[in-house]
Amino acid sequence: MIWQLDLILLAFVLICAIASIAVKDLLSSAIIFGAYSFFMCLLWAEMGAVDVAFTEASVGAGVSTIFFIVAILKTTRRSKD
Amino acid sequence: MKWTALIAVCLTGGLLIYGTADMPDWGDPASPASLHVSPRYIEKTVEETAVPNMVTSVLADYRGYDTLGETTVIFTAGIACILLIRRFGK
Amino acid sequence: MISHFYDVIVQTVCRLLIPFIQVYGLYVIAHGHGSPGGGFQGGVILGASFILLCLSHDIQEMKKRLSRRAVLLLCSLGVIIYSGIGFACLFFGGKYLDYGKLHQILPVDLVGARSMGIFGIEVGVGITVMAVMVSIFLDLSSEEKEKGRPE
Repeated sequence: MIWQLDLILLAFVLICAIASIAVKDLLSSAIIFGAYSFFMCLLWAEMGAVDVAFTEASVGAGVSTIFFIVAILKTTRRSKD
Repeated sequence: MKWTALIAVCLTGGLLIYGTADMPDWGDPASPASLHVSPRYIEKTVEETAVPNMVTSVLADYRGYDTLGETTVIFTAGIACILLIRRFGK
Repeated sequence: MISHFYDVIVQTVCRLLIPFIQVYGLYVIAHGHGSPGGGFQGGVILGASFILLCLSHDIQEMKKRLSRRAVLLLCSLGVIIYSGIGFACLFFGGKYLDYGKLHQILPVDLVGARSMGIFGIEVGVGITVMAVMVSIFLDLSSEEKEKGRPE
């Protein structure tokens, strides 16, 4: 476990989490959430939990982003608040 | 209203961070999680199941009921999506 | 719902890529014994390959290869494989999901039978996860009405 790499990845995770809440456009929010999943996957892999990282990469960054985008296509792209 | 929400979130986050002080260190061999059943799995998994990947053997063999429940949950989610979203016509 | 942009580059690249993605998904399921991976991850990768076919071509193109009915059947087939292996262990005198007892019908010893049992349930999990992912995507993305009874 390299603490410098850990710190950088945690900073990116925080930035992505805050950005995906703050952004008004829901499509951008879904894409940023995919990036958040990708950084979480890197963090898992860095901590040695390779199976969890694999699941996070395939489910979190892959399929769930597609589901979000399709749901946005069905509803609306602008958030109400 | 927004300010009370912010205070509540900050208070909960502070409590959680305070709670992490009592957690065992990362990869600590003396932590309760690595003292109870982990050594038995690590020593016996290749002997008993001939699977080199410990995660697979724990997931599918020692904790097979959990994985069966997980699969059933995914199946139920798919059926619920079909019943709620799909449009049936003539 | 998915807009039809018949782009020749996207279609050709996806047509070339999808078989490799599917082979990789099967590898992840089959090689879960020795490397990271297993039924869940491999099933998601297989499902993602079908979703990529929908996105790059058309839902009709996808339905020629895997119809709605087949997806629904595969959903339940995986769970049936999983619990069927459990009941087979019960039948041969063990406890539920005690794969060691399967060595009476498989040409391997007791330890090998447990390994084979793990592989069997990984296949079941993979089939269910793949079918559920494709099913949810088809339900979310298509507007047309399905044949069937309106409840």
